Formats: sequence, C-alpha cells, structure tokens
Amino acid sequence: MSTGATANLLPEFERVFARLPGDARVTERRRAALARFAASGFPSQREEAWRYTSIAGLARRQHSVATDAQISPDRARAALAAAGPWDGPQCVFIDGIHRPDLSAAVAAVGLRIRPFATAVAEDSRIGERIAGWGAEELAPMIALNAAFAADGVVIEVADDAEPADPLRLLFVMTAGVRDRAIFPRVIVRAGQRSRLILLEQYLGESGADGFTNTVTQVHAGEGARVAHYRLQDESAKAYHVGNLIVNQERASEVVSHSLSFGALMARQDIHVMLRGPESSVTLNGLYMAEGRQHVDHHTRIDHFEPGTRSEEYYKGILGGHGRGVFNGKVVVHPNAIKTDAQQSNKNLLLSRDAEVDTKPELEIYADDVKCAHGATVGQLDEDALFYLRSRGLDESAARALLTYAFAGDILGRLGIARVQKDLAVRIAGRLPGAAELLEVV
Amino acid sequence: MTMLSIRNLHAAVEGKSILKGLNLEVKPGEVHAIMGPNGSGKSTLAHVLSGRDAYEVTEGSILFQGKDLLGMSPEERAREGVFLAFQYPVEIPGVNNVYMLKAALNAIRRHRGEPELDAVDFLKIIKEKAKLVQMDERFLSRAVNEGFSGGEKKRNEILQMAVLEPRLALLDETDSGLDIDALRVVAHGVNQLRRSDRAIVMITHYQRLLEHIVPDFVHVLAGGRIVKSGGRELAVTLEERGYDWLKDEAA
Repeated sequence: MSTGATANLLPEFERVFARLPGDARVTERRRAALARFAASGFPSQREEAWRYTSIAGLARRQHSVATDAQISPDRARAALAAAGPWDGPQCVFIDGIHRPDLSAAVAAVGLRIRPFATAVAEDSRIGERIAGWGAEELAPMIALNAAFAADGVVIEVADDAEPADPLRLLFVMTAGVRDRAIFPRVIVRAGQRSRLILLEQYLGESGADGFTNTVTQVHAGEGARVAHYRLQDESAKAYHVGNLIVNQERASEVVSHSLSFGALMARQDIHVMLRGPESSVTLNGLYMAEGRQHVDHHTRIDHFEPGTRSEEYYKGILGGHGRGVFNGKVVVHPNAIKTDAQQSNKNLLLSRDAEVDTKPELEIYADDVKCAHGATVGQLDEDALFYLRSRGLDESAARALLTYAFAGDILGRLGIARVQKDLAVRIAGRLPGAAELLEVV
Repeated sequence: MTMLSIRNLHAAVEGKSILKGLNLEVKPGEVHAIMGPNGSGKSTLAHVLSGRDAYEVTEGSILFQGKDLLGMSPEERAREGVFLAFQYPVEIPGVNNVYMLKAALNAIRRHRGEPELDAVDFLKIIKEKAKLVQMDERFLSRAVNEGFSGGEKKRNEILQMAVLEPRLALLDETDSGLDIDALRVVAHGVNQLRRSDRAIVMITHYQRLLEHIVPDFVHVLAGGRIVKSGGRELAVTLEERGYDWLKDEAA
C-alpha cells in the first residue's frame, strides 16, 4: 500500500516532456511509466521495502525537473575540484544533463559512449532496453526515472574489448533552484569477455537540496568482467534515490562498490540477476551517516542458474542521530543448484542516538547450496580505546583511528587506487580528531 | 626527589574494596618488584596507576614527579611519562603498529614541546628499537598485536616502552605466558632500558622474572596492602615458603 502521493510530478511532466529526448513513441512509453508511478506514488513506510525509510518529504515538494545544465565556469571548476582529481576519461553531468565541454574525451578500442539523449534520438532500439519503458512490474521509483530520464549515458563495450582506464561519470547537483529534480539514466552493455571499470560519482554544491533519482542498468555478457563503483557524497540537504540493476550471463563477474556518505536521505537499491551458469557477483558497501542523515541499502540477488556465486560485504558507521538500514535479500531459484551465497553486514554505532536496522533475507528453493549470512551491530572496543590512550593518543584521536580501522578492509577491496585514496580522505575528514589520520591515508 | 609516591591508597572495583591503604615510594633509577598471591590487588594497582576508569579511588593520593596523577586522563599520564606494559595486550585490527606508535610518540613529543618526527626519522628509530627485543621488522607493519603469539605481544609491549621512553614503566605480569626463551628476550630488552632517570615497577606472581630482571626492592602485596618489603632476597624466600606465612602478618 502507499499514499499515492505524486507531488506535482504529473503537471511537471506536461511542462517538460517536449524537452525530453525521444520521438512520439518514446513519449508514449514515458507516459506509461508515469502512469505506473502514479498508480502507487512515492513509496510509504507501510510498504515492507520502505518500512524504515521515509521519503515523505519528496511527496510534498514542488519538484522542478531539470532539462538543462546551468552552471558558471567558476562553479563548474569548483565542483570538479571537489570531486577530486581524475586524469582518465570522464563524462560530467550538471543537474543530470551531459556537458561535453566539461568532459574528457574517451578513446579506447571497442568502447562506445553516447550521451543518453543522443542514443535515444538516433537509435530507436535503445528504447527496448530501457528498464521501465513498457515493463509494468518495475518499482515505482524506477518507473519515475523512466518517465523523466533526460540524460545520462549509454556505454557499450565490444566483445573482447578491455579499455584500460576506468571511466568516471560525475554528477553534480547545483544549488540555487529550489526542489530541483534530476533523473539520470546509465546503461551499460559489456560484450562477451569484455572488461569495464566504471565509477559513478554524485556530489552537490553546498546547500543543494534537490532530489536525484538515478537508474543504472548493467548487462554483463558471457565471461565479461565489470567493476562498478558508486560514490554518493551529495550535499547534506539532498535526497538521493539510486537503483542499480544488473543482469549477468554465463561466467560473467561483476563487482559493485556502493559508498554512501552524503545526502540527508540516501536510498540505494541493487538488484542482481545471475542469469547465466557460473556467473558471480560481489557487492561491497560502506555507508556513513551523522547528524540527521539516513542511509538505506536494499540489495537483492537472484540466483537463477547452477554454480552461481554471490558475496556481499557491507559495513556501516553511524554517528549523531544518524540512521542506517541494510536489507540483503538472496533468492536461490529451483534450478540454481551449487549456489554459493555469502553475506555480511557489520555496523559501528558511534553515539547513543545512532541507529541501524539490518536484515538478511534468504529464500532457498534449491538443494545442494551453500548460503551464509551474518550481521553485527557494535560500538568501539573500550579496551582498544584505553590501550591507545594509555600510549598517549587523546580520546578523539583514538576514536577516529579505531573508526577508520573499522572501514579499513572495505578500502582494501577497492581496485582503483585513486578512489581508495579519495575515500580514505573522505572517511578521515568526517571523523572528529582525525586531523592526524590524514597523514597516513 | 621521589618519582612516584603512593600514600594510603584505597581503591574499589564495582563497589568491592580491593586496595586498602597501600603505600609505596619509588625513586628514579630504582627497580621495584611487587609480588603477591592472586587476588591481592596487584593488577588493580597497575590499572589505577594507568587510569582505567572502572577503578575507583576512594581514599589516598598518588603523586608522580610531584603532580597529582589521579587528576590526569590516561593520555596525560602517558605524556607525562607513565607507561603500562599490559598483562593482556589488546589486539587492534586495522591499526598499523608503526602508525600507532608514531602517533603516540608525536603526541608525547608535542606535550614535551619537542618537534614531531616525520615518517623517515620515526622508521629509523623504530627499526633500531626493534632489535632490542629481537623483533622481526615484518611485525612492525602489521596491525597492533593482531595474530601475535603471547611472546610476540609481550615483546611488542617492551618495544613500545623503548620507543616512548617513559620515566616510569609499569610491567604488569610481563612474564605470564612466556616460555623461558621469550622471557630472556623480554628481560634483556627491559634491562637495556634501565636508566638512572627511569624507574621500573614490575608486578609479578612468580619469582622467576626477578632472576632475569634483578630488582632493587621487593614488596609483598596481600589483602590490599604492602605487608612486607625487602631486597631481592625476599623474593627467594617467597619462592621457598610461598605467601601463606605472610597472610598472618597481613591480618
């Protein structure tokens, strides 16, 4: 059940649809998706999947859907600097709209990158691939993105192609327009035995209080290897709802890292479908919340075929009145014998008012499978704190060091050195008394 | 001048009175051994001196170099020059040994008004000191005590002492869990660290440590008080006769 609240998004669609990419057929599909969204509206906490997470604030907004990218050169430079250095190829988006002038060219054999708007305009078949365009079963937030998707990127990696450099997609939310609403769509098709490393990075100008609703679809062909990094560090007033949908063919390997630090309310759904035998997925995650921040990860892995493997490793650090939610669902379908599914979620509470809800959900319909899960919620080890203080570290430095250490093994799992470094600084920067930490990271 | 002066110390844990009027004077350069049966209050004394907050001092005073030790936080004590070698060193996954020690040493140096050391200078020092306890350099870059054997943990404690150069070192049951070879290494390290301006207080149940680190004074703690003090020969007597004969004196 839900409230059916759609805020002003139905009239907003009438205002902007002519500026959204695609021909009349695409517009029809957008309308269908909008109808799907309108049928249920923004999810309410009466729905099991949204029980711990309220986005009621969104249902009351006067959303202003972004269809162009306005930013002064100075502010653009500042945003790029805040994102951290990147010497490889990247696509930059301002309020969800691609800005070729701020992006860095991509030249790699077998790698084709098109802005979403261009791809939709020049390739009618692309519509068939857009989740939400015609599929009624999809979640309302994916349908909402399908209705409004204004830009984004379509990435195609040819069979056997292995572009060496990681590709960054940088999404900047600007401040200044009230109740900004941004709907990026990222589509990745990795051909057979191809390889791709992709970073999606979301950040906002200070005070940007908009709503980002993003959908990323990844299709990993037979034997393909895809590493997907997602770094969400929006401004402290933003709403962020992300969806990652992954389909995997035989013997493909996907690794996802979801790193969530920013936004007032951040929700990330990850749905992986292991459709080919021997395919495997690793989901790593690290989330931090402080102040009144709320961060929610909902993951679902479907094992459809024999010999599929999944490993999930999430950690959360909650301080202040911060709230964390982790829900890890694994479904082993009848055909998926010899499945191996491991899941772990560990949480560190730094204050009495911080809170976390963690829930594993296993549904197993096959025999001869190996499934395990574990979840922990704890505080900093008092003995370790005392030990460090007895050596001369003050209490805040000792707490920072132990907190940083808690996140350490997630950092160790990151394959891009620059992301690792960037993340280390971001974590240290959030810990009181961590000034000294910065010299080690 | 007295380095450590403990007067009429009473301390309790969870409302249970453990130390009941303990007196002890320690001067620079001296090595004291505090012995006693289980439950006599030895570990409580070590914890009170290091500032563990579960231990409540109900009466008495502790002066360290003329300053009120009980009024200091654990980190202030460390910076003033008090070092506790733990009976059970804590494993801290994810925190690198070298980093922790560098942060600790620099905190102490800042307190003393000395310039901080950079990574290069610090590595030189720690590699030098590691030799003192025959510690393989590989251990330096590992997480603090993680996966260390009992002997390795104790050696790591003495390494820390060597790096931090305290005025007063408290060794809490440093011999426990050590085989004879490891005991020799640890004792050798401690002996190298004896100095005229440094005092060492060893807390131990057994006399065997004192064969390797020869104390100037031996005290027997029983029933929360020091009931007998003497030279190293007292330890030998204790080894022969046990503690029972002293319990009568304590009563």
